[in-house]
Amino acid sequence: MATPTNTASRFSGSAGTPLRRRLGPTGPRRPVPRRRTTLTPYLFLLVPVALLAVFTYVPVLNMFGYSVTSWNGLSPSKEFVGVDNYVEIATRPELFEVLRVSLYYVGASVLQIALALYFATVLSFNVRFRNLFKGIIFFPYLINGVAIAMVFLYFFQPGGTLDSALRAFGLGDLSQQWLGDPDVINYSLAGTSIWRYLGLNFVLFLGAIQSIPAQLYEAAEIDGANRWHQFRHLILPGIRPIVGLSFILAISGSLSVFEIPYIMTGGANGSETFVIQTVDMAFKYYKVGLASAMAVVLLLIILLLTWIQRRVVPDEKVNLS
Amino acid sequence: MRKYGIAGAALALVLAATTGCGGGDDGSGTDGAVTGEITVLTQRTDIVDTVFQDYKKTFEAKYPGTTVTFEAITDYEGEVRIRMNTKEYGDVLPIPNSVTADLLPSFFEPLGSVSELEQKYRFVRTEQRFEDKVYGLAITGNAQGFVYNKKVWQQAGVTTPPKTPEEFLGALAAIKEKTDAIPLYTNYKDKWPLGQWEGNRGGISGDPDAAITLAKDDTPWAPGKEHHVMDSLLFDAVQRGLTEPDPTTTNWEQSKGMLGTGKVATMMLGSWSIVQMQDAASDKADIGYLPFPTQVDGTFHSVIAGDYKNGINVNSKNKATARAWVDWFADESNYAVDQGGVSPVTSQAMPSTLADLTAAGTEFIELNPAPKGEEGLAEKIGNAAEIALYDGTYRQRIVDAARGAKNETKEQIFAELNKKWAETRSKVQ
Repeated sequence: MATPTNTASRFSGSAGTPLRRRLGPTGPRRPVPRRRTTLTPYLFLLVPVALLAVFTYVPVLNMFGYSVTSWNGLSPSKEFVGVDNYVEIATRPELFEVLRVSLYYVGASVLQIALALYFATVLSFNVRFRNLFKGIIFFPYLINGVAIAMVFLYFFQPGGTLDSALRAFGLGDLSQQWLGDPDVINYSLAGTSIWRYLGLNFVLFLGAIQSIPAQLYEAAEIDGANRWHQFRHLILPGIRPIVGLSFILAISGSLSVFEIPYIMTGGANGSETFVIQTVDMAFKYYKVGLASAMAVVLLLIILLLTWIQRRVVPDEKVNLS
Repeated sequence: MRKYGIAGAALALVLAATTGCGGGDDGSGTDGAVTGEITVLTQRTDIVDTVFQDYKKTFEAKYPGTTVTFEAITDYEGEVRIRMNTKEYGDVLPIPNSVTADLLPSFFEPLGSVSELEQKYRFVRTEQRFEDKVYGLAITGNAQGFVYNKKVWQQAGVTTPPKTPEEFLGALAAIKEKTDAIPLYTNYKDKWPLGQWEGNRGGISGDPDAAITLAKDDTPWAPGKEHHVMDSLLFDAVQRGLTEPDPTTTNWEQSKGMLGTGKVATMMLGSWSIVQMQDAASDKADIGYLPFPTQVDGTFHSVIAGDYKNGINVNSKNKATARAWVDWFADESNYAVDQGGVSPVTSQAMPSTLADLTAAGTEFIELNPAPKGEEGLAEKIGNAAEIALYDGTYRQRIVDAARGAKNETKEQIFAELNKKWAETRSKVQ
């Protein structure tokens, strides 16, 4: 690879080392300015940490609290039942059967990441109408999930948009009950989910790709590398942490799919996911205690999978030099 | 979207049969001058800015010095239940159907004793009642049956209400053969319309003790029992292809127009739906109402039950005015009549929307209150067993099996439901 410039080496070598070390030893400081420097960051942190605590940690702690009761969501008294709810979850394998549905979404997210990577790479080069395409790909992510679910409900209706489009191309024979057939429904829903979240992956990848210094491409071209070589040896290693992060988000997202299937089918016809099941448990059967325990279990599963992923693919420093 | 008393006819029965154990405040809180501001919650997002504004004017004119503010909530059941964990849930509000009888005293002000109020009002004997106190007055009441398009049924040559499920299926088959209409629309996707089938409990057997019996039964889905009858009718109709081709993409708002214009012939919905269907019809006279196709001793039966009941927030700062509103709404607002429902006031006659049922010789029954300690027991068992009778989920499964999307027979489903029910019943008491 190309020899790194001075600037590049300074940055790659110094990232993560404390500022003061890099500047070398300094003489003894007066106490007042030092205290100010140590206090200021915490003052800035106060507001976001408070928001995080109030809106995330306190509710999660509450959830842990509910999960050891048999609360029905309304009653003023919450009866403590210890680990009964967890025992019930462990002894009811059918509660985990719905995780099978998540596999469709895992498959979909692999496809989604591959597509996003492809588009991000293509559009990072000089392509005509590049900004227009960027906009088109990112746009679905900006629409709210309810609207998307409604749009796709019409899209998949018998005689709806999809069927009409197929007929227009002479593929009318392919049309079927996209949501009515239990063998097809999860593909339809996972497809909708790809359409929606592709833009997010795409933008993350594009941003990462653009942060790769331009001179590396020039050097590669001089060395005779074609586009594929550039992708394989420059771009992919350059954005590896982002790809890794995307996979972690994809797996946890697939386990906790909710919005699209809930609005489009309500979990009917074999499209029920673990989160839909949890919501039903809390707000349909009024077993808030059991539902909280299920949410805790899902949290643990996700933490475990993330941990495994991090062990398998460790987070390495990117060094393009 | 779910505008009218969706939850109405059917879900109101959730709390049917309620008396119990525990204690409440005495009713002294509602005495005092009728003046000042009150906030009224309502599920009627569709008419809160029109009809309800007239109510506000009339009420404020009758009680000078009062101000009524409305808060319309779309997902009424879901939101209000959560909000009731605070003290701020309006002064007057329709009591959510999921509030069990034993919780009523913690959240609502008692309105009076049953013996006193039953002289004047319907639906106070069994619903929203705890011990001998009444906690809510119905805004309107509903009967249960099928709403249908008369013209389509006539085209198919069916002019008298079918008397047995088999006759009913025959009529649907004739509709399929002779017209272009979908004979029976399940509204599967929106789920709650499938819960409406549960409102036939009591109507099929003609037994006012149906809910009490159900809670003592280990096999509600055994042949001949009410649940077997209604769920079999649904299963058979779907299996014979007499319902919509793709149930997963149904649409409630659209379905009203489809019934009104004759694209759909029949739907199972409470009588609250009649007015909405008429509004969506090209000719109001096309919309009719059928009793459930079973007869006991040669007579159809239909259960009438209260829709939402207005209750008073126990934490309200202006209970006197709140009480005035509850009374005024039941006695003078004319809401029930305007909505084609059964008035909560005993002295008022049955509404014209139910003329079809009356003409068919249908006997209207109100369910009896359950004995002490068994209030709402059937619902408790249903929820604990994760069947949730008034929710459409388990009937979605029946539809799925009937259309061949699930590899299960009717007998297998019923056997499993029976098993779950019996197992849970032994635990819940």
